Amino acid sequence: MNWITYLSLWLIPCLIGFILIVATIKKVPTYETFVDGAKEGVNMAFSIIPYLVGMLVAISVFRESGAMEFFIDMMKPLLHAIGIPADIVPLAMIRPLSGTGALGMTSDLIATHGPDSFIGRLASTMQGSTDTTFYVLTVYFGAVGIRKMGDALKVGLAADMIGVIASIVIVTMVFGSL
Amino acid sequence: MVNLIWVILFVIGIAFAAVNGTMEEVNKAIFDGAKEAVTICIGLISVLTFWLGLMKVAERGGILRGLSRLMGPFVKRLFPDVPKDHPAMGYILSNMSANMFGLGNAATPMGIKAMEQLKQLNGGKDEASRSMITLLAINTASITLIPTTVISIRLNYGSGSPTEIVGTTILATAFSTTGAILIDRFFYYRRMRRKRV
Repeated sequence: MNWITYLSLWLIPCLIGFILIVATIKKVPTYETFVDGAKEGVNMAFSIIPYLVGMLVAISVFRESGAMEFFIDMMKPLLHAIGIPADIVPLAMIRPLSGTGALGMTSDLIATHGPDSFIGRLASTMQGSTDTTFYVLTVYFGAVGIRKMGDALKVGLAADMIGVIASIVIVTMVFGSL
Repeated sequence: MVNLIWVILFVIGIAFAAVNGTMEEVNKAIFDGAKEAVTICIGLISVLTFWLGLMKVAERGGILRGLSRLMGPFVKRLFPDVPKDHPAMGYILSNMSANMFGLGNAATPMGIKAMEQLKQLNGGKDEASRSMITLLAINTASITLIPTTVISIRLNYGSGSPTEIVGTTILATAFSTTGAILIDRFFYYRRMRRKRV
């Protein structure tokens, strides 16, 4: 456990130090270059606003209306039949849509079932191995002004599904079933 | 496709609210959602500003070029239409490395920067290119070696072994990333076939 805490604590500062020292040796005007690059950041963050507002409003309307719950409840018996625990279904469904929502749900599952329970381990694995597809898509494409996304959403959602299924299979195999 | 999904989310949501009597929640959700989006973007300013500044220093210092030379040969196969010494490669690689170490807030600016370069490569069109979709697929599959956030949650709830899920997470990630790349390939070749017909 210790080495991971250390690693995550040391990683960023060491990385910064490394970049700055190498750049100085290469005679790069570091501070001026930093400011030059950093200027882009402000504009970039503002340019994402319209994309993210559009997407998040739609997702929260869908969620708060009770529609999401309805679809999750509908899926539950079906998924339970093929051996997927019902408690994990909401997390799997909300993961691509909302990062904070999924994180809250993972904490909640870990708190109710205990971190070392089957559900706790499954939620942890699922949270770690998938990402908020809608957010990534909106932010990455929004920042550079891509409007036609091609197959990106389909590929992203398929990747999430594989991550969810792989988590269930692997956690069952490694830690045993319920 | 995005247009359709976007409208469907709204229409189904509003229809449900009408049936379930949750119109009040929906009204609140509209403004809360918009507020959350702006809050996220404001929060992104600090991260984007800092990392983009630092990345510029790394780029001028030749570190990105070094990284592409070191890992380029492996990643080159994933992005066949990115020229070997193109700056996009350096950003793609730093985005992937940041993701692997769970540095989510450093990965985003690098990913955006990579997208920007890929857009230039694609002639500045507002359409996603092959490489852009691949990069996105890899990001949504989220290659993670150390899921730091999850470990800290487990620690908080008194897990006997907070890191025991590292192995299962890496395995699950390996599957979803491989799957994402294969599906990405499948869609790419399907697009090509359609174009020819």
